[in-house]
Amino acid sequence: MKITSFNLMSYADIDLSVKEKFRSAWVLLPNSYFDPQKGHALYNRYLDELELADELGFDGVAVNEHHQTAYGLMPSPVVTASALARRTKNCRIAILGNAFCLRDNPLTLAEEHAMIDCITGGRLVTGFVRGVGTEYFSFGSNPVHSLERHKEAAELVVRAWTETGPFAFEGKHFHLEYVNLWPRPFQQPHPPIWCPSQGSLETIEWAAHPDRKYVYLQNYSPRESVGRYLDLYREIAQNYGYEATSDRIGWGAPVYVGETDEKAIEEARPHIEMLFNVLLPKASELMFFPPGYMSPQSLQHILKHKKANSGGVTIESLMERGIIIVGSPDTVRKKITDYHYHMGFQELVTMLTFGTMPAEMSERNIRLFASEVMPALKALTDREYKGFERKTPVMAAQ
Amino acid sequence: MEFKAETVTLGGATIALKRGGTGEPVIFLHGADGLTEWPALLDELAKTYEVIVPDLPGFGHSNAPETVDDISDVAYLFMDMLEAMKLTNVRIIGHSLGAWAALEMAVRSCARIHSLSLLAPAGIHVKGHPKADIYMIDPDEQARLAYADEALGKAASDRALVSKHQEQAILNRIASARLGWNPRLYNPRLERWLHRVTCPVQIIWGDTDRIIPTPYADAFAALMPKAKVVKLAHCGHLPHVEKQAEVMGLLTPFLKA
Repeated sequence: MKITSFNLMSYADIDLSVKEKFRSAWVLLPNSYFDPQKGHALYNRYLDELELADELGFDGVAVNEHHQTAYGLMPSPVVTASALARRTKNCRIAILGNAFCLRDNPLTLAEEHAMIDCITGGRLVTGFVRGVGTEYFSFGSNPVHSLERHKEAAELVVRAWTETGPFAFEGKHFHLEYVNLWPRPFQQPHPPIWCPSQGSLETIEWAAHPDRKYVYLQNYSPRESVGRYLDLYREIAQNYGYEATSDRIGWGAPVYVGETDEKAIEEARPHIEMLFNVLLPKASELMFFPPGYMSPQSLQHILKHKKANSGGVTIESLMERGIIIVGSPDTVRKKITDYHYHMGFQELVTMLTFGTMPAEMSERNIRLFASEVMPALKALTDREYKGFERKTPVMAAQ
Repeated sequence: MEFKAETVTLGGATIALKRGGTGEPVIFLHGADGLTEWPALLDELAKTYEVIVPDLPGFGHSNAPETVDDISDVAYLFMDMLEAMKLTNVRIIGHSLGAWAALEMAVRSCARIHSLSLLAPAGIHVKGHPKADIYMIDPDEQARLAYADEALGKAASDRALVSKHQEQAILNRIASARLGWNPRLYNPRLERWLHRVTCPVQIIWGDTDRIIPTPYADAFAALMPKAKVVKLAHCGHLPHVEKQAEVMGLLTPFLKA
C-alpha cells in the first residue's frame, strides 16, 4: 500500500462564533475574519508538515482546491504544489484535485501541471474534480453544465498532454483554435490521474472506463459507503471487460494516533468536531448541491434528510461510522489493516492535520503515524486482501 | 374550469401545455418555480379567454431538448410554437422568468402578440440591487420570501417541504438554473433592444417583492416609457397569487383593449 499525507490547510485560527453569525464558513463568511499574519504562519506550518511527511518516508503528499472558505485555504493547489516541488525530494506531489472544468480555459492548469511535473522530474499526480457545489457560486459557473464541462475539460487536458500540437479542440464548452502545450509533462504519456469523490456513480463509471482507468479515491465517507463505492469501481471495470487492479483504488480519511485509545480520542475531539461542526456546515443544502450539480434523485434524497446533516457531530459518531480513524498506534494499524482486508485499496490518503489542531499536535501525529503505523501498512498487498466478490451479475457496460 | 393537457412537438422539443376556456388566446408563461402550484387566476381568465399554459423547456412535463441552452432558445422555440399552433393576437401574461421569456419573444417580433402583461419580470439587471439568490436558498426559504404576508409565506414554505411535489420542484430548479444561473436571471443584451417591443405592455409589481426588488420596476418604467407600471401594496413576488383580485382588475380592461 502507498501512503499519502494530505493537508487541507484549514484556517485553524478561526473565530468559532462565526457559524452562528454567518451560518457557514463557505462563501458567506466575510474575509475580514482572515488575518494575513496568521495566514502567513499557517501556510508555512502546513507546508512544513508536508515536507516533514516527505522526510519521514510517505509515498506522497497531497493538496487540494477550495474557494472563498475558511475550510481550506488553497484556492490554487498549484501554488502549494509548486512550493513543495523544490522542497520535497522523493515523494509524489498529488493535486487532489484541481477543478479544470471551472476555468474558462482549462489549459492554463494543464500548463501549470506540466511545469510542476517537469520541475519535479515526474513526481506529479493530477486530480480531476468538478469542485464542490459552493465553488459554482464562487466562480459563477453553471452547475447544470458541471458534468459535461468536467468530462470535456479532462479530454482537452489529456489530449493537450499527449497529442502533438498545434491542433484545434472543438468542444461544446471549450473551443480552442490552438492547442500546443509547452512544456509537455515529464511523465509519459502523462501524469497519473486520480478522481477524488465522495461517491458519485457518474464519476466512478467515467474513471473506470478502459480508456481512462483513473485512480478512484473515496473521501470522507462512512466505511459502509467506502466499501460499496470501491467495490462498484471493480464491478464497473468487470462490466467493461477487465479486472481493476487495486492500485487504481484509494481511500482518504482523517487519522489521529495517540498514546492510547482514550488519549487519542480526547486529544482529537475538539479539532475533528470543529472541522465537522464549524468548517463543514453550509447555509443551505443548495449551497453544496446547486441545481444540476447532481441527479434529481440524489438531490431529493439530500433535501429529505436535511435535518440530519446540520452539525452536532461527535467524534464517537465519526469513529463509529468509520469516517475517521482514531486510536493508539495498535488500534489504528489494526483498523486500517482490517479495512484493507475488506476493500483492498492500495492507495491510502491520510489527513493527519485537521480543524483547530495546533502545530505540535499535528507533528506528533505525523511522526507517530509514520513510525508506528505506516511500515505495517506499506507492507500490505493484494495477498492481504480478501479479494473482490461480485454481488451482482456481470452486465455489459453501456 | 377544466384544462386539457396537450403536447406540441417542435423538432426535438416536446412542449407540454394545458388549455382551457374559449375566446381570444392568452398564454401564461410561468416563473422559475414552474406550475407546481396552479394559479387560480388562470381559471378566472379561462371564463373569457382561451388560456394556454405551457411548461417552459425542462419544466413540468416539457422535455429539456439539446436545442435549448439559454433564454433566446426559449424565445425562438415559443415563437415557433405560436406559429405551429397558428395563434395570432396573443395576450401573453408572464411571471418572473416567464415574463423574461415573453420580453425576449417580443423584441424579436410582436407580429403574433397582442400585448404583454408582465408580473415582476426578470431579464434585466439593476446595478447595486441584487435579486434574491434563488439558487442558494433552499426551496422552503424561497417560498417564504415570495410572499409579503407572513402567514401566506409560512404556509407556502410548509408546502415546499412536502415531498409530493419535490421531485418536480427539483427538475424545475435545474431547468431554471440552465437559463438563469449566469448571469443571474438576466440577459445583458436585452435592455438595448426593448424599444423593439411595439405592442402594449403592462408591468405589475409587488411593493414588497423580496425576490426581484422594486428598483427593477422603476428600471423597466425608464427603459419602456410607454409601458404601464403598477405597484401593488402589501404584495410580494407573486402578485397573481397574493393579490389575485387586484391583478384581475388590472388585466381585465388591458386584455380587452
